[in-house]
Amino acid sequence: MMDGIHVKTTINGDAVEYVCEPDETLLDVLRDRLGLTGTKEGCGSGDCGACSVTVDGRLICSCLMLGAEAQGHEIATIEGMAEGGKLTTLQQKFLDHAGLQCGICTPGILVAAEALLKKNASPTETEVRYWLAGNLCRCTGYDKIIRAVMDAASDMRRSA
Amino acid sequence: MARVLAGGTDLIVQMKSGRLEPALVVDVKRIPAMHAITAEGGGYRIGAAVSCAALGEHKGVKSLWPGVVEAAKLIGSTQVQGRATMTGNLCNASPAADSVPALMAANATVRVVGKSGRRDVPVADIQTAPGKTSLAKGELIESIFLPARSPNSGDAYLRFIPRTEMDIAVVGAGVGLTLDSGGTCTAARVALCAVGPRFILVDAAAKALIGTKIDAAALGKAAAAASAACQPIDDKRGTKEFRIKVAGVLTRRAAMKALERARGK
Repeated sequence: MMDGIHVKTTINGDAVEYVCEPDETLLDVLRDRLGLTGTKEGCGSGDCGACSVTVDGRLICSCLMLGAEAQGHEIATIEGMAEGGKLTTLQQKFLDHAGLQCGICTPGILVAAEALLKKNASPTETEVRYWLAGNLCRCTGYDKIIRAVMDAASDMRRSA
Repeated sequence: MARVLAGGTDLIVQMKSGRLEPALVVDVKRIPAMHAITAEGGGYRIGAAVSCAALGEHKGVKSLWPGVVEAAKLIGSTQVQGRATMTGNLCNASPAADSVPALMAANATVRVVGKSGRRDVPVADIQTAPGKTSLAKGELIESIFLPARSPNSGDAYLRFIPRTEMDIAVVGAGVGLTLDSGGTCTAARVALCAVGPRFILVDAAAKALIGTKIDAAALGKAAAAASAACQPIDDKRGTKEFRIKVAGVLTRRAAMKALERARGK
């Protein structure tokens, strides 16, 4: 086995240090070393989006990034979304619209949708659907998810 | 065996599936120049680690070579876009890589760096067979160069997939063309993907457009030439006959889109 790699990074605003294997994904580091199990593993090959996180504000699949690559970057996961236990507008809308059933895809979809709304406060339904094309949900049929995101965007614009 | 890690959207999947077990992975993203998009000679030099998402946000590249950017933006999901690079798309050497026909239509070159220095190579000369490149041991691509565009030029890339998003090209066609002030085509490049073991630069299709006003007859000839150049396989994504037919259709449509852009529309 190769030697572990020492990594200093920032996760949800906190300085974090860990040692990981060179071939270990960021997803495995988050879940198995740091206990941040909100980020889910679906496919492990970048197709389902359950492991979505942002790196320096850019939406990515944490299963397609090595833990060693996080050195010096800012990672944001689902655990950093609600502040002090208070859900964000986006999170609340997923409850209001029942935009989830089993919930495995939900953290990834919330992280992805939040990244969209930061970039585009007034997305069209088509833009939301294309943006979230890499987030698979096998329960809801997507409509409730799209409605939740559209409604959240609308509320967030009003309160901005 | 060492492997270069850029976006990792192919490499990490191949490592996890056991298809590749590199002894060494070299992350080129630690080199700042690899992230740069720089204006050069009226064109743009795009570092090997520039993600497709970052490329899509660059107004200069988007307005100069919109076909290249639209091809790059077709690769994978938003999440994959955040990491994937055009250089990786090229070096993964799949004959279905979306960005490659668009780069070939734009007459792009890559800068290869190795122990013996640097050399510039046409994009078309990199992939030699599915999964194989012409890069020698110890060489890697440090940047892609999109040249200056002549006035009255346009480019476009179209692909066929059975879905609307998140799929691999069954056929893809990139077209770049230039008009004179009277609207006659003076230069054209047509490139195809997923219709052979290698990408195909279809000179006969380009010749069918050059010297014409790109009317229906010229478009028909270009489409026929594109179909004739195909050497596809049958697979789960499409039959040979389907791919040959669609290569012509996409060539015609991409040429029409490139023509609109060349006319400034």
